[in-house]
Amino acid sequence: MTERRTVYLDHSASTPTDPRVVETMMPFFTEIYGNPSSAHSFGRRAEAAVETARETVARLLNTQPSEIVFTSGGSEGDNLAIRGAAWAARKQGRGNRILTLPVEHSAVGKTIAQLADIMGFEQTVVPVNSYGIVDEDVFRRACVPGVVLASVMAANNEVGSVQPLRPLADMVHAGEAWLHTDAVQAAGQIPLDVRALDVDLLSLSAHKFYGPKGVGALYIRKGIDLIPNQSGGSHEDGRRAGTHNTAFIVGLAKALELAHDEMDEHVRHFQMMRDLLIDAVLARIPGTELTGHPTQRLPAHASFVIDGVDSSTLVMHLDVRGIAVSGGSACKTGNPEPSAVLLAMGLSPKKAMGSLRLSVGRQTTEADIDYVVDTLLDVVEKLRNLNSEWIR
Amino acid sequence: MDKVSSPKNTRVVVAMSGGVDSSVAAALLVEQGYDVVGMMMRLWSEETVVGGAHNRCCTPDQMADARRIAAKLGIPFYVLDTKEVFRNTIVEFFIDQHRQGVTPNPCLECNRHIRFNFLLKNALALEADYLATGHYARVEHHPDGTHLLRTGVDDHKDQSYVLSVLGQEQLGHALFPVGEFAKTEVRQIAARFGLPTASKKDSQDLCFIGDNNYRRFLSDYAPGVMQPGPIVRQDGRVIGEHGGLVNYTIGQRKRLGVHSLEALYVLDLNVAQNSLVVGTVEELGQSSLTAKRVNWVSGQAPTAPFKALLKIRYKGSFVPAQIDPLPDGRFVARFDAPLRDITPGQGAVIYAGDVVLGGGIIERPTVS
Repeated sequence: MTERRTVYLDHSASTPTDPRVVETMMPFFTEIYGNPSSAHSFGRRAEAAVETARETVARLLNTQPSEIVFTSGGSEGDNLAIRGAAWAARKQGRGNRILTLPVEHSAVGKTIAQLADIMGFEQTVVPVNSYGIVDEDVFRRACVPGVVLASVMAANNEVGSVQPLRPLADMVHAGEAWLHTDAVQAAGQIPLDVRALDVDLLSLSAHKFYGPKGVGALYIRKGIDLIPNQSGGSHEDGRRAGTHNTAFIVGLAKALELAHDEMDEHVRHFQMMRDLLIDAVLARIPGTELTGHPTQRLPAHASFVIDGVDSSTLVMHLDVRGIAVSGGSACKTGNPEPSAVLLAMGLSPKKAMGSLRLSVGRQTTEADIDYVVDTLLDVVEKLRNLNSEWIR
Repeated sequence: MDKVSSPKNTRVVVAMSGGVDSSVAAALLVEQGYDVVGMMMRLWSEETVVGGAHNRCCTPDQMADARRIAAKLGIPFYVLDTKEVFRNTIVEFFIDQHRQGVTPNPCLECNRHIRFNFLLKNALALEADYLATGHYARVEHHPDGTHLLRTGVDDHKDQSYVLSVLGQEQLGHALFPVGEFAKTEVRQIAARFGLPTASKKDSQDLCFIGDNNYRRFLSDYAPGVMQPGPIVRQDGRVIGEHGGLVNYTIGQRKRLGVHSLEALYVLDLNVAQNSLVVGTVEELGQSSLTAKRVNWVSGQAPTAPFKALLKIRYKGSFVPAQIDPLPDGRFVARFDAPLRDITPGQGAVIYAGDVVLGGGIIERPTVS
C-alpha cells in the first residue's frame, strides 16, 4: 500500500479561499469597517469598495452593476430569484406556472414546491435523460402560455452535467417568461456571460470558486421588478435588505476575477486530473459506472455509481484513509436514501445507493489521483467482501 | 502480539451512544494516545408508530450529543447504517422467540450478532485493531495470546452478563475502558474532560419498540401470542382464562385473574396449547436448568462437571451451581436448593469468581 496522504477531492462542496482573496479582504475587518450606508467618510470608503466589487462582478458576467445584487450565498440567491420573480409576475398578473427540472438543487426545488404548495403557483417538472440533461423537445412543449418563470441549473452538483441554457432561454423567451439559472457549480469552470447565455436571473456562491463562504451574487436582468424576500432598509436598490458584508463582497469579486482571468489554465488542469481519475476508476475498479454526461460535464467533476457498496460507508472508509469525497447526498445520520437526482436519471434505487462524487481542484496532483484510486480499489474490495456476509 | 503497548499506531473504534459511559471510554482512549474513531450504529426502528421514527439507541439528539463529544475529543465520528442487519437478526429473533413462548434477551443477541460481529467486522475493515464500548466489564489481554473476561469493578453496574457471548476472537479485539471504574468515578472523569454527565436510562433493551409498548408491538408482529386461552395447573386442570400469553412472565404472581386459596405463580407459557401454566411457589422452584447455544469464553468446552456461580438474568444475583457439560455442547446447571423464576430465553452465565467462563440460553424446561 502506498504511503498515506491527505487528499481533498470535494471541491464541489467547497474550495479553500485563495490567499490572494483573503489578503484583499483583510483591511475591511479592522480598517475600513464603516457601514457602507453611512454618510460619513468611514461609510463612503466601504461603500466605494462594495460598488467597485459590483462593477467587477458585472464586468465579468458581461452586464451592468445595477443588475447585480449581493446575497449570503447560492441558496439565498435561488430563493430571492425564484420567489421574487414569481411574486413579481403575480403582481403583474402575468401567469402562474413555473418550469423546473427534477435534478435541481433543493434551494430551487423546495422553493418552487413551497410556492406550489401554499402560494397557489403551479409547477411543471420537465424530465431529464439518463445523463441528467433536459429533454429540449419536452421543455419546448412545456413552455405554454401561463408560464412565467423557468429555473434550470447551469450544471448539476451531483453528476456534473451541463444544461443547454441558451436554447432553453430562447424557448422560455418565446413565451415571455424569465429564465433563472443556478450557476453555483458552474462558476469558475465554464464561462458565464449572461448576454451570451441570455438568462434573466443567475445565482452564484463565492466559496465554490475559491472565495469565502457566506457570500453570493445574483444577476437580475434590468426590467425585472423583483419583489424582495427580505424586507427592511433600501440596500441593494430595495431588493435585499441588510447591512453589506463588505469584506466578503470584496472577497467574492476578487475570487471571481481570479477565476475568470485564470480560467483557461485552471480548466486545463481540472480536466487533466478529472480524466485521469475517471479513466483509472473505470479501468481498475470493476462494477463502476460514470454518472452524468461523459463530455458535457464540469471539468473538475467526476461521479460514479459503484456496485455492491453503500456510499456513506465508502465515504467513511475513505475519510479514515485521509481522502475527502462526497456521497450522493450528504448523509451523516446513517439513514441513507438514494439520490433523487440519480433516480430522476432512471437509475435503480439499489444502484443509486452506491454513488460517489470526486471533484478535483487547483491543488490536485497526479500523485493524489493515484493514491485515491489505489485506496478506492482496496476499500471497495473490502466492503464488497464485508457486505456479501450481510446482504440478504 | 500485544499492540496495546504502542497506542499511537493502534486504531480503536469506539461505539458511542452520546451517553456518559461510552463518552468516557472514548476520552480515556484519546488520553492514552490511541488513534480513536467514534462510531454510532443507526438501528432499526418502527417508523410507522408515533414516536418510532428513531430507535431509542440512536435518536437525533443522541447522535448530536455523540458528534459533539467526538468533536470535543478531536476524533472523527461516523454513523453506520445498521437498520437492515438489526431488523433481520435482532428484531426477527425477538418476534420469533415470543412466538415460541420464550422471553429473549435482545442485548445478548445484539452483542453476539451486531456489536461484536457486524460492528466489529466494520471496525476491522476500517483498519482498526480494537473495538471499544462503554460496558462495565474488564478484558485482560495476556501475553500468551489469551483473553480473559471479568466483571466490571462496579458490582451494581456490572454488564459482563451481556458480554458472555464473546469468544477469544472477539475479546482479542475488545476494550472496555470504563470497566475499571465505579460509576461515580466515571462521572468524575467525565467532569474532568468537560463531558456532559447526564446519563441515559440504563435499560434500553427494547430500543426498537417505537412507543416502548411491548404488548402493542407483539400484538402487531406476533398476533398469535395475543389470543386468549386457558389457565391450567400442571395436572391439566383448567382454572381460568388468560388474555394472551405475552402478558405474562415466569414467576409472575399478580394480575393472573384466577381465584385460589393458595398463591399461584406463572410456571410456563405453553405456546403449543396456548395455555398459561400456573402453580404454587414450590412448583415454581426448579432444581436444574439446561442451557443451549453455549459459548465458552476460553474457546475450550470443559469436559468434567465443576462448581461455579451462575446468573440467570441480567440483574440477578450469583447462585452456586454445579455445571455438567453435555456431549452435545449444552450444559446442565444443578442447584443445591430449588431456584425460582428460571425463564427460558434468558442467559445462564457461568462465573468463577469475577471471571466469566461462558454462558448459554436457558431452554424451555420439559415440564410434563
